[in-house]
Amino acid sequence: MTYRLAPIDTSTFTAERGASGTDVGDLTVIGSVVQRSDARGHVTGRTEFFEDVAPPRLAHLKMHRSARHHARILDVDLTEAVAVPGVLRILTHADIPNNLYTPLKLIGVGPDDEPVLAVDKVRYLGEPICAVVAETEAAALEGAARIKVTYEDLPPVFDVEEALKEGAPLVNEYHGQNHFIYEGHHCRRIRFGDVEEAFARADHVFEWRYQSAPIEQAPVETTGCVVVPQADGRLRIHSDTQACFFTLDNTALILETPFNTLRIVGGTVGGGFGGKVDVVVEPVACVAAMLADRPVKFVYDRAEEMQVSSPRAAERIIIKDGVMNDGRIIGRKVTLYVDAGAYSRHSPYGTTKAAAHLPGPYSIPNVWADCHCVFTNRTPSSAMRGFGVTIADFALESQMDRIARALDLDPLRLRLLNAYRDGDLKAHRKVAEGTALVEVIQKAAEMAGHELPEAYRRMSSTTREGL
Amino acid sequence: MPSQIVSLIVNGEQREFIAAPGATLLASLRESLGLTAAKRGCAQGACGTCTVLVDGRPEASCLVAVETVAGRSIRTLEGVAAGGELDEVQSAFVDCFATQCGFCTAGMIMVAEALLDANPEPSEEDVIEAISGNVCRCTGYRPIVIAVLEAARRRREQVVSR
Repeated sequence: MTYRLAPIDTSTFTAERGASGTDVGDLTVIGSVVQRSDARGHVTGRTEFFEDVAPPRLAHLKMHRSARHHARILDVDLTEAVAVPGVLRILTHADIPNNLYTPLKLIGVGPDDEPVLAVDKVRYLGEPICAVVAETEAAALEGAARIKVTYEDLPPVFDVEEALKEGAPLVNEYHGQNHFIYEGHHCRRIRFGDVEEAFARADHVFEWRYQSAPIEQAPVETTGCVVVPQADGRLRIHSDTQACFFTLDNTALILETPFNTLRIVGGTVGGGFGGKVDVVVEPVACVAAMLADRPVKFVYDRAEEMQVSSPRAAERIIIKDGVMNDGRIIGRKVTLYVDAGAYSRHSPYGTTKAAAHLPGPYSIPNVWADCHCVFTNRTPSSAMRGFGVTIADFALESQMDRIARALDLDPLRLRLLNAYRDGDLKAHRKVAEGTALVEVIQKAAEMAGHELPEAYRRMSSTTREGL
Repeated sequence: MPSQIVSLIVNGEQREFIAAPGATLLASLRESLGLTAAKRGCAQGACGTCTVLVDGRPEASCLVAVETVAGRSIRTLEGVAAGGELDEVQSAFVDCFATQCGFCTAGMIMVAEALLDANPEPSEEDVIEAISGNVCRCTGYRPIVIAVLEAARRRREQVVSR
């Protein structure tokens, strides 16, 4: 059998490896083989995913979604839809007890800026307007297709910098402007030292621009839930959410019900990657189950998963660096735009994460950053694998490579020269600890057969000696 | 078109049920027979997670109208572990860490079963070709390929030791 086991290198940080004289102290699990506790269920097909639950009298919910990027809703005509055989009920915004929400209100992020079902306006293509509950999936789809919405088109805006210009169409009235406000400021900012002074005395100034597209998590199991009303009036929610308690609390706030009237059965997720952190199917399925007094299933089809589930945000990042001839970066200025799409979801937090990650794992004495969380008429973006950080890293490390190329320097030496060390004050006024970047680069160089001069091999993340 | 009674041989047992017009093999297995190992990932034959064996051949069960396979022999993941004992493919998937979220696993194991039935000594390329219609979005393809090769090795050893 071929395990790819990487042996633990015990030569670094020996002081932290337990009592002297022992090899690894109590650090014994990493590098050993431990069977996954869920593997047997997976290979026998007995792991229960939410859609494996099939309560009797299960009704199906399908959504009628916006056919416009940005429009006023003039009329919603349900006449033909209610006449479809098997359609039990059609929900509109008026059926949702507390129709306006934002998922991060649980940690004090506001304002509420997103309707569960659209009221008088749609702000992105595919925004939910009406929920059709029916005996069969086919009847629910037929009913949803027969709803007629009359729109008055509004000018859309799809570009973050366009959205911030004077006179741009206003995307989200609950904010009043096309950006999220951070404690009274128009963006999340870092001010450390004086970058302009650094640029003036630098040997070189490099400015480059980076841009990423939205990325769909595309889990093989689509987003969904089955809600089962209980005899005592509570609701049992089988969900593939990545965030059971977060979903429970947000759903309770939307239903205006005490948290203990809901029970989430979850924890088994057929791929999430951040795409199942938003609370988008459970609240409306709960309302449907209460009104129809039947179990209700609401699960995205593949097209919905690709079109309306929130992707990783597109980002645009401009980095300007002041660099000395020897490769030391003395000033870094970053302007970063996160495309939140039409609603906040997790993007105000993602933008803060991006700011927290700047200027990368380097000690740069002068740092300036403006990180904008921008609203546009695109699909709301949200969590995905290191969101806020991943694209920032793409930009920062591309920038490092380009500087190395421009100055004909070894890209690893450039990084070792600028790498943060334990005890350095970071741009956010936090003292760096447990950095280890120097050792990681040294080890990577060794494994890749990339030769480093003795002075660079002697560097350590615990001291600034040799710099 | 009315509903009709359909009969299948599922994991060696004769099963009869009422199929609604247009019912797929996947929906019949999951909803009529309670066999939920095969999953709906895309419902358009692109992800492979609904794969079952029809007369030994892997098929995307979400694209098969169930009446078109009436009377045929269907094998699902539930029919693989005989008497609760994991077979070579299943145990290799466990030992080689070839599962992550587990959602693609049923389809992966079924295509592996079909491959090893037809070719007891597959090359790495054969394995990659066999699973090429199955999506693992956790991107754990490498351990899956290793597990299938390991399963082939275990199965050959068993044959020799018998």
